[in-house]
Amino acid sequence: MAIPAPFSTALRAAAMLFFVVVVAACSRSSNDAVGLTGAGNLGPGGGAPGSQQEFIVTVGDRIFFTTDSSSLTSEAMATLDKQAAWLNQYQNYRVMIEGHADERGTREYNIALGARRANVVVNYLVSKGVNGQRITSQSFGKERPVAICNDISCWSQNRRAVTVVQ
Amino acid sequence: MTLLTRRSALKLGLAGGALLASSPMAMAQLRIVVEGANFQPLPIAIPDFASSDPSFGREIADIVRNNLRRSGLFLPLDPASLPVRVGDVNATPDFNTWRTVNVDALVMGGVERGGQISSSVRVWDTRQGSQVVGKSYNTDPKSARRVGHIISDAIYEQLTGGSGYFDTRVIYTAESGPKANRTRRLAIMDQDGANVQYLTDGSSMALTPRFAPNGDLVTYMNFADGNPQVYLLQLSSGRQQRLANVGAMTFAPRFSPDGSTVAFSVEQAGATNIYAVGTGGGQPRQLTSGAAIDTSPSYSPDGGRIVFESDRGGSPQIYMMGAGGGNAQRISFGQGSYSTPVWSPKGDLIAFTRQSGGQFHIGIMNADGSGERLLYSSYHAEGPTWAPNGRVIMFFQDPGGNDGPRLMSVDIWGRNPQTIATDSYASDPSWSGLRS
Repeated sequence: MAIPAPFSTALRAAAMLFFVVVVAACSRSSNDAVGLTGAGNLGPGGGAPGSQQEFIVTVGDRIFFTTDSSSLTSEAMATLDKQAAWLNQYQNYRVMIEGHADERGTREYNIALGARRANVVVNYLVSKGVNGQRITSQSFGKERPVAICNDISCWSQNRRAVTVVQ
Repeated sequence: MTLLTRRSALKLGLAGGALLASSPMAMAQLRIVVEGANFQPLPIAIPDFASSDPSFGREIADIVRNNLRRSGLFLPLDPASLPVRVGDVNATPDFNTWRTVNVDALVMGGVERGGQISSSVRVWDTRQGSQVVGKSYNTDPKSARRVGHIISDAIYEQLTGGSGYFDTRVIYTAESGPKANRTRRLAIMDQDGANVQYLTDGSSMALTPRFAPNGDLVTYMNFADGNPQVYLLQLSSGRQQRLANVGAMTFAPRFSPDGSTVAFSVEQAGATNIYAVGTGGGQPRQLTSGAAIDTSPSYSPDGGRIVFESDRGGSPQIYMMGAGGGNAQRISFGQGSYSTPVWSPKGDLIAFTRQSGGQFHIGIMNADGSGERLLYSSYHAEGPTWAPNGRVIMFFQDPGGNDGPRLMSVDIWGRNPQTIATDSYASDPSWSGLRS
């Protein structure tokens, strides 16, 4: 109501500028997106034994799920086996399991689906000897995608569980 | 003053007249009208409102014009094309002048801003030469836009035969920043997108705000504690607190129709079930059980039943149970999955999100699951909310990629899809009742 026209124009200009910045930022984040192999977001490059970087790069900090599923694939179990072995070797770390969903579901359901996926990972790590006291979990639903596009090449990277070493 | 002229009744009867009766027969007639696609919005002339401050008079008239245009039921004529540019609420119009330019419905208003805002308005049927609305209002000076909304409601109610929905607000999630790390905070605005106020600062993610019936209390999902938790927020005081401490993640809240209770989801060990708790506290009562995801509960307007979403049968579908829980019956059976059921405030319909054929759809069905109708389809659309008159649905749609969500509305006949202009991306709309 009664916004003077020049002010309104300035707002529009600011909004446009903001949009450009957002687009630029998004392109960067999608370049950062990781592939299906489980390589982490620090990029390739080793890391000292027992370091968080080693966990991300060499062990693999994330697993992927099929559409609307929280079942572990054989690749996912292989990654989790390596995670469990590493965590059993380096007992000083705690981990937080992030559960995520792709954007092809509704917001509330995906919050629950992310939690269900995180829970599957927690149970698996515990079954491999990791003390449950060291593990927490959180669901992000579909709110924190890593890959941004409108097809399965991105959705398959976003429905994931990430083990964050703390 | 409240006489509906035969001519107006005929023109608007498709939406209004039929809806006056609430029987299933009436619904069937409505569908025929929609599928016949022969609806024409009523042309209506609204000169600027008379005022000692002409720009204020124009501003109020603009609010009324925009509301009526966005309803899809009216076609406000270009004010510059009218034979009279400024309304005169006291004189009887020269009906011949208006008939000559084919104006059937004419709104004459005046508004003054002093210690209070006082406004009066008359609506004339120029063919009959009779008045169909004559009202005056006084409001406090901070409520200038509400005067426009209240007048819009008066016109809508008299000419369409249903209750209005313009003097309402929408609470929603305002989104900004890159998609991979987006800020999501609560915001509130008038239903037409004006008067935006931000309610949370964005330091923690806030999602799915839902109005209590009194329009002052809000329940929503807050990530401040790590896993999401259901919070209560009082708009008038700004005070907020966690709804319940159950030692688990809580989300997907919605008020009972009397505002005394919130139904919500609790996740434990991967299983999500529905609970209910009084807003004043107490022990949450478990309403569903099992290993499935049961979420998005919504009460019937009489408070006796809850419709919700569950994937207990495999894919997410819509189920119905008593408000005390137990004996849930599936009511959605179409292809794909169904989510976010929301009961119409009139009780006759349930709005939902459906996913099928690679698309998201916003649809409605009867409360027994029959008569499904899809109103809007796109790459992504979800989260319907009802206008208080049960005729219009708001939801959000997202084109995907680096773009973001926008609020949209559509009427229950699938007509008139409209984007609601917001400063930022916007999602999770919740429509208030008519303000008191």
